[in-house]
Amino acid sequence: MGKDIWVVAEHFQGHLNDITLELVAKGRELAQAAEAKLAVVLLGSKVKGLASELAADVVYLVDRPEFREFTPEAYCAALEAALKDAQPRAVLMGSTSVGLDLLSMLSARIACPCLDNCTRLEVRDGRLFATSQIYGGKLFVEVAVPEATTLIAVIPGSFPRPEASAAGRPEVQDIPLPATLPELRIKFRKLIEPPPGDVDITQVPVLVAVGRGIQNPDNLPMAEKLAEVLGGAVCASRPVIDQGWLPLTRQVGKSGMTVKPKLYLAFGISGAPEHWEGMKNSELIVAVNTDPKAPIFGGAHYGAVTDALELIPLLTEEARKASMKKAS
Amino acid sequence: MGVAQVPPLPETPGPLFPELASAEEKFRQCIQCGVCSGSCPMGEAMDFAPRRAVKMLLEGRFNEVVESNTPWLCVSCHTCAVRCPSQLQISDGLFPALRAAVMAEGKAIDQDLQKALQNTYLYGNPMGISPKKRAEWAKTAGVPVPIMSQLRRPVDVLWIVECNPSFEPRGQEISKLLARILNALGVDFAILGPEERCLGDCEWLAGERGLFEMLIERNIEILSKYKFREIIMTDPHSYRTLLKIYPFLGGRYHVQPVVAFLAQRLDQLKPLLKKKLNATITYHDSCCLGRKTSHYEEPRMLLRAIPGVKLVEMVQNRESSLCCGGGASTIYLDRYIQERVKDRLADRRVMQAAATGAETLAVACPFEPARFEDAVKVTGNEQKLIVRDIIELLAESMEIA
Amino acid sequence: MNIAVLTKQVPDLVEGVEIDSTGKAVDPDSIRYILSESDDHALEEAVLLKERTPARVEMFSLDTGEVRDTLCMALAKGADRVVLIRTGLETLPSNHTVAKIFASVLQGLSFDLILTGVRAIDDLDGSLGGLLAGYLNLPYVGLVRKVEMADGTSMAIVQKEYPGGYAAELEVKLPAVLGIQAAEQPPRYVPVSRLRQVMKTAKVEEKETTAPEPETVAVERMFKPEEGMGATMFSGTPEEIASQIVGLFSERRLVR
Repeated sequence: MGKDIWVVAEHFQGHLNDITLELVAKGRELAQAAEAKLAVVLLGSKVKGLASELAADVVYLVDRPEFREFTPEAYCAALEAALKDAQPRAVLMGSTSVGLDLLSMLSARIACPCLDNCTRLEVRDGRLFATSQIYGGKLFVEVAVPEATTLIAVIPGSFPRPEASAAGRPEVQDIPLPATLPELRIKFRKLIEPPPGDVDITQVPVLVAVGRGIQNPDNLPMAEKLAEVLGGAVCASRPVIDQGWLPLTRQVGKSGMTVKPKLYLAFGISGAPEHWEGMKNSELIVAVNTDPKAPIFGGAHYGAVTDALELIPLLTEEARKASMKKAS
Repeated sequence: MGVAQVPPLPETPGPLFPELASAEEKFRQCIQCGVCSGSCPMGEAMDFAPRRAVKMLLEGRFNEVVESNTPWLCVSCHTCAVRCPSQLQISDGLFPALRAAVMAEGKAIDQDLQKALQNTYLYGNPMGISPKKRAEWAKTAGVPVPIMSQLRRPVDVLWIVECNPSFEPRGQEISKLLARILNALGVDFAILGPEERCLGDCEWLAGERGLFEMLIERNIEILSKYKFREIIMTDPHSYRTLLKIYPFLGGRYHVQPVVAFLAQRLDQLKPLLKKKLNATITYHDSCCLGRKTSHYEEPRMLLRAIPGVKLVEMVQNRESSLCCGGGASTIYLDRYIQERVKDRLADRRVMQAAATGAETLAVACPFEPARFEDAVKVTGNEQKLIVRDIIELLAESMEIA
Repeated sequence: MNIAVLTKQVPDLVEGVEIDSTGKAVDPDSIRYILSESDDHALEEAVLLKERTPARVEMFSLDTGEVRDTLCMALAKGADRVVLIRTGLETLPSNHTVAKIFASVLQGLSFDLILTGVRAIDDLDGSLGGLLAGYLNLPYVGLVRKVEMADGTSMAIVQKEYPGGYAAELEVKLPAVLGIQAAEQPPRYVPVSRLRQVMKTAKVEEKETTAPEPETVAVERMFKPEEGMGATMFSGTPEEIASQIVGLFSERRLVR
């Protein structure tokens, strides 16, 4: 078994997914610690150009029309071919729709161990340890990564993305695949886009939630502006929906939607259990309420006792500034 | 004002369509007067209001009725049953049978309701919380709350707390206060704690007869282990079920609602009501304490005993009281109902309360504080009206809150 | 068409899970088992397929915890046959082991479609369906939310979920394994009276297997996340608070 670290890249509509950049950064760190190489497996059609966005030593490439869209069988075959004569320390991929399929099939087909739901990877005393979450995050398990090429699926957002775009000059090698692939049993037909019309708040990464503290529907546009700047959508607790200020599809809570966004900003929401139930698993919960005893402060990660109506426009401004700073 | 006697349910309840069929004779006595539809607070929103639904069923048009929204909009307020000149069991007989028919045919039911039923099957409560946590609230009651299995001796009073007052935060607050009141009165009581399971009122009215029977069997088994003189209950829904339905399956107990129990001890209670509340209060008669079991005066006696309380009545009170909209498991159908009904019952009721000029809306059912407090916000009465359970008002006057 | 649904029971989180005295595994006495949620969806999807095309649905379940309820529920929903697989294992093995057990059970049986939930809450070593497909050399698609049959029974059209509401429509040549994320409709409700009826008359077959050498994941330690102690509060003027909050966003890479 060698010491190299591999990453399986994921891309969508011509861009590398965040998870890929996160894994490349982490992979780079692990490879350097072992004085070994970082390789990225890049499969697709007309994706060669993405190689220069990868801070890797090597890119193993398949650039063929049949690979334009992800199909489990073809991609798995490509990975098998790439791994045929290589024994990297670990192959990292996202615990995603793509990654999970590959992880499982590959592990069985080439008889190598695999690990899913990984949130942490570290080297201690020269050994690689992975921490994974189970039971929806209620328990964590630390595992010594077996001394054999191990496939590891990482939960997106576990590792930081590099701040600056760390471009590289990787050596690009074609993965040896036969000119005509054997009969593939899975074929891509078409991409289904999300339905137009109202937002599916369960799919949005940032939610700006408003409660009774928003006081009247004239204050909704400011919440919408904040949501827009943060790349999210507005949702609400029941009393707001009951008043008809927002449609039912925006209701979070027991008799509404259950959401798990990356960020849940609660404005003027007391945090009654019926509402809490619908958003308690959000990754980051920040609550703003004029009542210091509001129950939501018991469960939120961060909070502030201040007037939401005053704070929202200030937040929008600050967020806009931070966005522009990041872009420059 | 004479109240029509609510007729008992059929002697041997069987599976539903046969139940319906056996009740067909009874329902053929329907004179199509329309009092039911006229009284029904949800009648306008139903595809087929009660009178029409009965007519269609008698014509054999089962499927149309069963597939409409009618079965799911009944809140079991019982106004129809109380006023029907033929004394037909509409809200608590016909409607559960319609719901059971929907489920028996494998048709989809509302997801919130399904979850509540599945939770009750697995955990003995619709919230889906482990039964081990049922007596958690008692740990911070501030007074001892004995649990029967640990007490190992007969008690005078078994207090069945029920699901909402055990698990929902607002209900838990009220439970803690009641524990203090019982202690202050020196009542020898205990609760079942983790052994307690839902009594099944919501499940029965939702049409889940199988689940209801399972709960009854289990509850009778638990109760048979212990010796107690009487049972008191804070949840009027469960009280009515234990009082009127459990006897059909062999569960006969001396049971009364907490308001009646306390009203009987008014002489003992009065000297403890020290603080003047200085409030104008209007009392909401819940359907289960009111129309279904006729406990109209005891709650009022308790309220009048509190110093500084002026009692005013809403335009619909006692037998004509307006339901809060949470009965018959519709507490789990809020989303379904909201999509179909513009004017929510709880909002209408709160408007009636505000119209009396009262500052406090007093209730005696655990479903109500949350529903009415929501309605207070929605109707813009936040500065004008607060909602309090009678227990909370008593405790405040006793200065043990 | 013959459809197999493979299911397993997982710890019920409502009842809580405790770590045992070794600190490396869950205390088996603290666990109550229920059907894995996505397996429930797999069964529902199978029953929906049966309602649309002539098909036979057979459910196979490992014997962890009280499985009889689950198997009878499946019969009540429309499964044609249910099989309890006795493994002799005390605790739930890793997915690799489970996949090998199912692979040996399915040996020699001809199923057109094998459905299983794509994920279970206790998954640590990959998706059962993907592993099984690997061992049986069958095509596999995971995170499926819809299955339709195309022209007769040789091809299935499936929708595979991606984030943001996107999905890919794929055609899959049968026989195949599918990892179900969600059925086209939520798992149907079975009234308790119907379940009890089925339990009285149901035939639950049992099949003994010798479990292969369990492949376990070598756990160093198992631990609970730190309890939340309530919100960390920002204070100051609204401007200062806004600045602190956005600083937090930048730190957490939430600024676009």
